[in-house]
Amino acid sequence: MASVGECPAPVPVKDKKLLEVKLGELPSWILMRDFSPSGIFGAFQRGYYRYYNKYINVKKGSISGITMVLACYVLFSYSFSYKHLNTYHLAFLTSEHERLRKYH
Amino acid sequence: MNENLFASFIAPTILGLPAAVLIILLPPLLIPTSKYLINNRLITTQQWLIKLTSKQMMTMHNTKGRTWSLMLVSLIIFIATTNLLGLLPYSFTPTTQLSMNLAMAIPLWAGAVIMGFRSKIKNALAHFLPQGTPTPLIPMLVIIETISLLIQPMALAVRLTANITAGHLLMHLIGSATLAMSTINLPSTPIIFTILILLTILEIAVALIQAYVFTLLVSLYLHDNT
Repeated sequence: MASVGECPAPVPVKDKKLLEVKLGELPSWILMRDFSPSGIFGAFQRGYYRYYNKYINVKKGSISGITMVLACYVLFSYSFSYKHLNTYHLAFLTSEHERLRKYH
Repeated sequence: MNENLFASFIAPTILGLPAAVLIILLPPLLIPTSKYLINNRLITTQQWLIKLTSKQMMTMHNTKGRTWSLMLVSLIIFIATTNLLGLLPYSFTPTTQLSMNLAMAIPLWAGAVIMGFRSKIKNALAHFLPQGTPTPLIPMLVIIETISLLIQPMALAVRLTANITAGHLLMHLIGSATLAMSTINLPSTPIIFTILILLTILEIAVALIQAYVFTLLVSLYLHDNT
């Protein structure tokens, strides 16, 4: 019986999943992905349903299914305002963010 | 100091493109739909809440007013989720922007008024003069009632904007005051308590949505179906 890693006919690079692509084939794999608007939308839809079916659409879903989304939202907003939190205004008005960063 | 305080209300941009559109599109992702009768816990709780609020809101309308129920229920859900998401740290609340609230208030109010004028024009015009006014006062009162009608969409938009913005500003101020106090004078921990209390009171931002939709409802009802 053939082991898991072998397959009789070679699979084209385009159809492989990300973890099965060898490192040398990575640029050609990226270029062959579908970057049209409908392709990007399809990717978002697949990602959404993957998360949804794993954490929320289960028999005893817990609150962590949605708090993970909210935590990601907070981190995303933080990264957005990172640049502004680091602007330097006046000597006695340095933002708390700057002070915490300096002394840690 | 001024720029620091109002910085969280700047609409976020990615290379000049408004990222606020993406943030406005976030609440629908948190409210899934389903074609089954028995769903997972998230959908069940959301459907229960929606049933509760929609029943509460729509009982006082007649058949014609209830055709607006989809619009009003989605309005209250949108404003509620947007305001509650804005309570998270570092997040951007689109309802703090007056432009968005005006865009919500003016079409809805105009639709209600025009609907009232189209169907029952005598009833709609009769709103401009309360019953039992002394005759010499009539011209002035008509003017006053017209102004109070025309100012309704402005009041709706500005009310929502001002309440949410003021709440966020207060939280910023008290938060930075607490941090400053902790280095100067530690036993003044009651200030931290005021933050907690203010935060819970700010979750009466949800009550603000009730206020928004409710006033909208009242206006719709009076204009249409009296």
